[in-house]
Amino acid sequence: MDFFTIVQLGDASIRMAIPLLLACLAGLFSERAGIFDIGLEGKMLAAAFLSAAVSFSTGSVWVGLFAGIGISIVLSIIHGLASITFRGNQLISGVAINFFAAGLTVVIAQGWFKQGGRTPSLSGAARFDGLDFPGALTRVRDKMQASPGMQFYSEFVSGHSILVYIGLLTVPLTWWVLYRTRFGLRLRAVGEAPEAVDTAGISVVRLRYAAVIICGILCGIAGAYLSTAVQAGFTKDMTANRGFIALAALIFAKWRPWYALGACLLFGLFFAIDNRFQNIQLQVIWIMVLLVGASIAMTVYALRREKIDVLVLGGLSAVLTAVAIMTWVGSTGEDIGAIAALFETVKVPSQLIQSLPYLFVVIVLAGFVGKAIPPRAGGEPYIKER
Amino acid sequence: MDKMPKWADVVLVPVVSLLLAAIISVIVFVAVGQNPWEALKLMAYGAVGTSDFLGYTLFYATNFIFTGLAVAVAFHASLFNIGGEGQVLLGGLGAAIVCLFVPWPHWTLALIGGGLAAAVFGALWVVIPAYLQARRGSHIVITTIMFNFMASGLLVYMLSDALRPEGQMQTATAIFPDRTHLPSLNDVAGLFGSDLFGRSPVNVSIFIALAACVGVWLLIWHTRLGYQIRAFGQSESAAKYAGISAVNITMIALLISGGLAGMMAVNNTMGINTPQLVDNAAGGAGFIGIAVALMGRNHPVGIIIAALLFGALYQGGAELSAATSIPVQIVVVIQALVIMFTGALDQMVRSPIEKMFMRRSRAAAAGE
Repeated sequence: MDFFTIVQLGDASIRMAIPLLLACLAGLFSERAGIFDIGLEGKMLAAAFLSAAVSFSTGSVWVGLFAGIGISIVLSIIHGLASITFRGNQLISGVAINFFAAGLTVVIAQGWFKQGGRTPSLSGAARFDGLDFPGALTRVRDKMQASPGMQFYSEFVSGHSILVYIGLLTVPLTWWVLYRTRFGLRLRAVGEAPEAVDTAGISVVRLRYAAVIICGILCGIAGAYLSTAVQAGFTKDMTANRGFIALAALIFAKWRPWYALGACLLFGLFFAIDNRFQNIQLQVIWIMVLLVGASIAMTVYALRREKIDVLVLGGLSAVLTAVAIMTWVGSTGEDIGAIAALFETVKVPSQLIQSLPYLFVVIVLAGFVGKAIPPRAGGEPYIKER
Repeated sequence: MDKMPKWADVVLVPVVSLLLAAIISVIVFVAVGQNPWEALKLMAYGAVGTSDFLGYTLFYATNFIFTGLAVAVAFHASLFNIGGEGQVLLGGLGAAIVCLFVPWPHWTLALIGGGLAAAVFGALWVVIPAYLQARRGSHIVITTIMFNFMASGLLVYMLSDALRPEGQMQTATAIFPDRTHLPSLNDVAGLFGSDLFGRSPVNVSIFIALAACVGVWLLIWHTRLGYQIRAFGQSESAAKYAGISAVNITMIALLISGGLAGMMAVNNTMGINTPQLVDNAAGGAGFIGIAVALMGRNHPVGIIIAALLFGALYQGGAELSAATSIPVQIVVVIQALVIMFTGALDQMVRSPIEKMFMRRSRAAAAGE
C-alpha cells in the first residue's frame, strides 16, 4: 500500500464520516437534552429526498438544502410533540418516524417524478460540487505523480463539497455551544436533572424543543449531503442505516462532540476499507488466534461471575471456537496438512466486514471498552410538579 | 369514578387512533394524486376480493400474529424487542437447516422439528442482547437493531455461499424436500371439496399461530411466570422487592419473544408454495409486529384482530401497487401512522377522551 492509497483511504473515510458526524451531533443535542432519538435515520432520509427534489425543480442546491432542513425540522417537531408535549414513548415515536420517512419518500417520489421512487439526476447548480483549493491538483494522474505533501493537500484537504467543511466546523461549534454558553449549560442540565432546571425558573419544555429543532437542522444537512453532494439525486433507502450507526457512534463517543468526530471517522474508515478492498484475506492462524483468544477471555471472565454469565458467555465461546475450528478444517485438504493449513489464507466474507461497525457497537455497548453512561434523564418525559 | 370505562379504553381509544391514522393516509393519497375512495376499494378488493387474495391476507396475518406476540411478550416486561426482523431471519435459518439435513418421514414431524429449530434459533439470536440488557444494562433497543443488521449480513452470507446449491443463481437455499412442505389451507379445504383459498400459500401454520396466542394468553395471565413478567414490567423496583430476579425475567421474557418471532419462519419457509429460505425472507414482518402489538394492546385477541387488519393492508397494498402507480411503500406509511398514533401519541388521543368521561361522570354525580 503506497502513500497515495492511504491518502485516498483517508479522503474516502472523511467523505463517509460526514453524514455520520452530522447525524451523530444531531443525536448529541437531542440526547443531551434528555430526548432519545432513534428517528435520525428517518429525518436524514426525508431531508435527502426533499433537498434532491427541490434542487431539481428549482435548479438551486441551496434552496434544496433549506427544504431538506425544513422537512427534517418538521419531523423533529412531531417527535417533540410525541415525546415532550404528550409524554409518549420516545423510542416508539422514533421508530414511527423512520417508517414514515422510508415509506413516504418513495411514495411521493413516485407520485412526483414517476421514476420508480427516485428523483431525476442532479447536475450543475443543483448539486454541491467539490471545492478545489488554490493550487490543488484535480486530475488523478497528476496527483499520483506529485510529492506526498501535494498528494495530501490535493486529495485529502481539497476537493470536498462545502458541506464537508461545514460538517467538520460543526464539531468545535457544538463543543462551544455545549460547554461555553449559557444555553449549552442549561441544555446539558435538562438532560441530567430537569427538575433542577425547572426549579431555576427555566422552561424545560422550551429547552427540549430547542434541542430537538437543532437536531432536525443537523439531520437535514446530513440528508442533503447524501443526495446532493455524495450522490446526484435521491434513491430509495439511500441513508442505508447511517442514522443507526450515528447513534452507535454517539454512544461510543460517550455523548461528547470531539469523541464523536473520532468515532465517526473510525466508522467512516470501516466503510472506506469495505468499499476499496472487496477481497480481504487473512491467514487461518490469525482467525484462530482472534476467535479462540476472545473465547478464552470471555470464559475466564464468566467463570469468576455467576451461573448466567457462564451459560451465555460460555455458549458464545463455544460457537466462536467452533467457527474457528471449522475454518481450519475447511482449509485442510488432501494436499494440505493440518499444520500447513494454518498458514493458508481465506477470504473474509464481505458481509462480515460490513457487519463490523454493528459488531463493534455491541462490544462497546457491552461496556467492556469503558462504560458509556447516558444522560441521566434520557428517555423520560418530564412531568412538572404541582 | 375517576377512570374511563373499560370499553372506552379497549375499543374507543384504538378506534380514534386508527381514524386519525386513516385521515393522514387520505391526505397522502390526495397528495400523490390518487382518489382515496378508489384506493380503498382497490385495497379492499385486493385483500379479500378473491379466494387467492383472501388466502394471501391470512398468510401475512399468520406472520404478523407471531411477530406481534413476540413484541407483546417483551412489552409486558417493559422491554422493547425491536429485533423481530433478525430473529425471524435466524428462525428461517434454523428451519432451513433442519428441513434440508434431516430426512423427515412426514410433514407433521417436520412441522414439529422445524418449528422447534426456528424457535430455538430465533431465541438464540436474542440471547446476547438480552444478556447485555440484563447484566450490563446495555439498551435492548440499540443492541437488537444492531443484531438485525448482523442477521441480514449472516443470512446473505449463508444464502449466497454456504447454503446455496452449486449452480443456482438465486440467493436462496435449495428447495426443501417434499415431505417437509406444509399442506396449504387450500389442500385442507380440498378434502371437503372446496376451493376456498385458491393458490395462496396460507397453510396449517396459521393454527400454530392461533395456538401460540392461546399459549401467550395462558402464560401472561395464568401462570406464576406471567405474573412475574407483568409485575416486572409494571415496576422493576417493586418486582425486585418481591423477590423477582430482574436478570431471570429479562432473559426469559426476551427468549420467549425471540422464540415466537423465530417461529414465524415456519410459515414463510416451510409453508410457501416452493418451500425454501430466500433472501430478505422476513420482509419487514418483524417491524409490523410492533404496530400489531401496539394496536392490539399487547393482548392476544387484539393481536389477532390487528394482524388480520395488517395482513389485509399488506396484501391490499400489494394489489393496489400492481393496479396503480402507487408504490407498495404506502403500506409502510400507514404502518408508521398506526405506530405513531397508537404508540407514541397515545396520550394525545387518550386524555381528551378521559376528560370527556370524567366531565360526564361529574355531571351525572351533580345531577343526582
